Amino acid sequence: MALDRSEVEKIAHLARLHVSDAEAEEVTTRITDILALIDQMQSVNTDNVEPLAHPTDAVQRLREDKVTAEINRDELQKLAPKSQDGLYLVPKVMD
Amino acid sequence: MIEKTVAELSAALAAGDISSVELTQTYLNRIGQLNSELNAFITVCEDSAMQQANAADTARAGGDSGALLGIPIAHKDIFCTEGVLTTCGSRMLHNFVSPYNATVVERLNSAGVVTLGKTNMDEFAMGSSNETSFFGDVRNPWDTKRVPGGSSGGSAAAVAADLCAMATGTDTGGSIRQPAAFCGITGFKPSYGRVSRWGMVAFASSLDQAGPLTKSAEDAALMLNAIAGLDEKDSTSIDTPTDDYTAGLNNSLEGLKIGIPRQHFAEGLNSEVEQSIRDALKEYEKLGATIKEIDLPNNHLSVSAYYVVAPAEASANLSRFDGVRYGYRCEDPVDLEDMYKRSRSEGFGDEVKRRILVGTYALSAGFYDAYYRKAQKIRRLIKNDFDEAFKEVDVIIGPTSPHTAFELGSKSDPVAMYLEDIYTIAVNLAGLPGISVPAGLVDGLPIGMHMVTNDFEESKLLNIAHKFQQSTDWHTRKPAIKTEEA
Repeated sequence: MALDRSEVEKIAHLARLHVSDAEAEEVTTRITDILALIDQMQSVNTDNVEPLAHPTDAVQRLREDKVTAEINRDELQKLAPKSQDGLYLVPKVMD
Repeated sequence: MIEKTVAELSAALAAGDISSVELTQTYLNRIGQLNSELNAFITVCEDSAMQQANAADTARAGGDSGALLGIPIAHKDIFCTEGVLTTCGSRMLHNFVSPYNATVVERLNSAGVVTLGKTNMDEFAMGSSNETSFFGDVRNPWDTKRVPGGSSGGSAAAVAADLCAMATGTDTGGSIRQPAAFCGITGFKPSYGRVSRWGMVAFASSLDQAGPLTKSAEDAALMLNAIAGLDEKDSTSIDTPTDDYTAGLNNSLEGLKIGIPRQHFAEGLNSEVEQSIRDALKEYEKLGATIKEIDLPNNHLSVSAYYVVAPAEASANLSRFDGVRYGYRCEDPVDLEDMYKRSRSEGFGDEVKRRILVGTYALSAGFYDAYYRKAQKIRRLIKNDFDEAFKEVDVIIGPTSPHTAFELGSKSDPVAMYLEDIYTIAVNLAGLPGISVPAGLVDGLPIGMHMVTNDFEESKLLNIAHKFQQSTDWHTRKPAIKTEEA
């Protein structure tokens, strides 16, 4: 399936990526090529085939709900681009 | 000494022929000599490596033993290592010093290894040539104009060039096995769930699996002994018993039934690579194996199904990189959306962005059934092919890659690059264990033989690989590291 530029921009917005004017044409072409590769699978009838989500069809393992780890906030927040008083700082969200 | 296998080094350390400190210093010296040429390491941990080597020697003097005690290792830079830069080959994590260890790292540390450093890789493990790394291309030690394969290209190059005794890697579509083939070493992907994914930066969660890159199948067994087994921290880690993976290495192959898939010996395969694999199969016949042709009729759909499943899961996994809690943040964002978009667009490279876009598209409203669900159905057909094959044969053997290592910069088309993994991808979709072992040289470049067994038959697979290495010497061949200046 061929995509046009506006569709690529819509997907990019969903993925929170910015596609510049300079890149737009190449990105659109590349994505269209990849979708053409993917579309090879559409030629096969899979009507009664059960989807495989996990290679050995294992189900989620459950465990008792108990505390096993402590989170060291100071240590983890050292990794943040910006933080203050134990909070992560981001650009203003509300006026 | 540095060219020796882990098994040999382990014996030398136990006999007191060499200390871990001496061994570690020798590897560090060699990294110092060759890394500027090969670019296999992103980070070298000289001081902590020497401390760990000292600790290993002290422990040994105190009576400790263990196959991996004091053995120098390198970790793919996708594994979180406490207090050490963990970049995943990306600008997004160029400054990320992990506050904790991956389970794989933790278990190897418990076994007493010495961590020499972190190896280069395709960005977020997305690539088959190591050319998508933010930290530059890795060069193949056999010919520095050629790629080492990817995504575990730095680990493969480091093992091949004797910059470490062994290395960790991860394999989502061939990322351990294909670089092992291109660099002339052994690369082993265990069954999905055999080794914990905790602390391994996630790419495609239903496909990712960690494993060893080593100089022999025996060494892969030694590393797997340390890293395999249930981990409560990884909800997809499998609760089935592990083996002593070295115990059955020398089992007889008398009566072994080998299947060779017609689809892996068809159009696109280099004829000299094919001849090397057919010669290797003759070795197995001498060892008592029988060979029959089999069919994997849906193999040709594996690349297309993979390029839905892997990007879809990647687009979800990589949504965590938002410039808020860690990693790259753009300069002077005007608002929150601008911060997200510019941090991600500047932090990720082109291939990663392409895959996020493809995955986002496949998962977007109205397309789920046509793409992700369809790909999961194809995945079932591929798994069924293997189930049928394993009713008749014990192991499936073919080439790891259609050709030897290609030249840097020679594959600029993403789709052409994706087709590089045509023989390895189905194994990830089906969750099976797979190994690549050196099986010949074509024009002075190594080729890999790819072998696959049924779910959780790691011991059998390592036995089959080890017996081949006992009767051939391809795995002992070394590159005469030709540098461009030389």
